[in-house]
Amino acid sequence: MKLTLKIWRQPSQNVKGKFETYSLDNVSEHMSFLEMLDVLNEKLSFEQKVPIAFEHDCREGICGTCSLVINGQPHGPLQGTTTCQLHMRNFKDGETIVIEPYRASAFPLLKDLSVDRGALDRIIQAGGFISVSTGQAQDANAIPIEKDVASHAFDAATCIGCGACVAACPNSSAMLFTSAKVAHLALLPQGKVEAQKRVLNMVRQMDLENFGNCSNITACEAECPKGISVSNIALMNREFLSASFSSNDAN
Amino acid sequence: MSWMTNALKPIGLVWFANFLTSSIGKKLLMSLSGLFLILFLPVHLIGNLQLLTKDAGVSFNLYTYFMTHNPLIKVVSYLLYASIILHTIQGLLLWRKNKKARGNIGYAVSALRGDGTNVKAASNMAWLGIIIFVFIAVHMYQFWLQMKLGKVAMVMIEGVEYKNLYDPVILAFSNPGFVVFYVISMIIIGIHLNHGFQSSFQTLGLNHKKYTPFIKYIGRIYAFIIPFGFAIIPIIVYGRNNLWW
Repeated sequence: MKLTLKIWRQPSQNVKGKFETYSLDNVSEHMSFLEMLDVLNEKLSFEQKVPIAFEHDCREGICGTCSLVINGQPHGPLQGTTTCQLHMRNFKDGETIVIEPYRASAFPLLKDLSVDRGALDRIIQAGGFISVSTGQAQDANAIPIEKDVASHAFDAATCIGCGACVAACPNSSAMLFTSAKVAHLALLPQGKVEAQKRVLNMVRQMDLENFGNCSNITACEAECPKGISVSNIALMNREFLSASFSSNDAN
Repeated sequence: MSWMTNALKPIGLVWFANFLTSSIGKKLLMSLSGLFLILFLPVHLIGNLQLLTKDAGVSFNLYTYFMTHNPLIKVVSYLLYASIILHTIQGLLLWRKNKKARGNIGYAVSALRGDGTNVKAASNMAWLGIIIFVFIAVHMYQFWLQMKLGKVAMVMIEGVEYKNLYDPVILAFSNPGFVVFYVISMIIIGIHLNHGFQSSFQTLGLNHKKYTPFIKYIGRIYAFIIPFGFAIIPIIVYGRNNLWW
C-alpha cells in the first residue's frame, strides 16, 4: 500500500503546530496503525528528522494509552477498536489519512500527537477506588450479585480510560469516562459503601478539570473503543442527584 | 466560590449551591426548564387553534381573556417567563463553557457520529436556541406586549367588552414575509425539540431499557406534531385571506 499521511506536528505546547505531509510506500495491510507509524518514524530517523511523538503501550487494546484522531474519529474508523488494534487493511491503497491529537482544553498537548490525560487520573484519585482492602478474589458465588447487575458493572469496568469520549465530544465532556467508573463501583456491594461520597468527589474533580458539559450528543458512545453506553451517564446523574440531596456531606 | 454559594451560605444551603453550580446541576436546570416549556407548548397550541374557528374571533378572544385573567394561569405564566429566561441564559453560559473546553484548535476533519441521536441537532442546540429566542422576542413584542399595554382595540362579545387580539394576529398572518418567518421558526423549534425532548429525560437520569426507546419515539412524534400544528395556522389563515380555500 502507498499512503499519504497528513500528521499534526507541534514541538511543544507553546509553539504553534501545523500539519506535515508524508508519503509512505510498501505499507503492509497486516500492519497495525501504530506499526505503520513505527515504520514512518524509522524512515524519519534514517533521514535525520525528528520522529513523530505518539503514545502507545500494550498494543493489545487493553491499556488505553494509544489515542490519535484518525480522519476525524478517535481511534479511527473501526467501531469498538483502539488505534493499536486498527489494521491497515481498513484503509485503501493511495488513501490520504489525516492524523490529529485529541483536542480538549483539559488535555494539554505535550508533543505532536501526544497529549496529557492526567485529568482523568485525577478524577480517579478523587474517588474511583474502594478505600479498604477487599481481600482475595471471592469464591464465585460467595457474594450474591444478580447476573444482570454483575454484567452491567463489568461492561462499565471495561473502560480503559483512553479519553476517546472526551476527544469525540464536541463539548469535550468527560461524563462517559467518569460515569463508567462511578457505575462500575456503585453497582457492586464493595463499592456501594462509599457510593455517595465517590460520585460527589469525582464529579467535583471532573468540573475542576475544565471539561465541558454533557449535551447528550452520544458521540462518546459511538467512538468508545469499549462500547461504554451513555446509560451510565444517566446512572451517574441519578447517583449524583440522590447523593447531593441525601449524603452526610454538608457541602 | 460562586455568587450562588455566597448567596445561599447564610441560609445553610451551601450544598444546594454546589449542586446547582455543578455540571450536572446546570444540566438539570436546563432539563427541568426545557420540560416545563415542552408541557406549555401543547396548551399554547390548543389556544392558537381557536384562530381557525370561523366565528370572527369570538372563541380566540375569549381564550386570550381567560389566559390573561385566570389567577392560576397567571402564576404559571410567571413560571414560564422565568423558565424561558433561565433556559436561555444557562444555555448560553453552558455553550460558552463548552466552547472553551474544546479549545482554540478544532479538528481538521470532522466526522461526528452518534448513537441513537440526531448529532446535527444535538451539537447545534445553542444556535437553534438563539434563533428560537429571537422568534420568541419578536412574538412577545408583536402580540404579548401589545396585549399587555392595552394597545389593542376592544370588541363586544355578548354584551361584554373584550380585548380584540384576533384582528392584529390575522393581520400579521396576512403578511407573507411574516408567515415564512413563522414557519421557518417552527421548523427550527422542531429540530430543537427533536433532541431536547429525549435529552431532558437522559439528563434527569431517566434512562431505562423499557422506557427510553418509547421516550425517544414520543419525542420524535412530539417534535413533529407540535411545530406542525403551530405552522399550519398562519398558512391556513393566509390562504383564507387570499381566498385560496
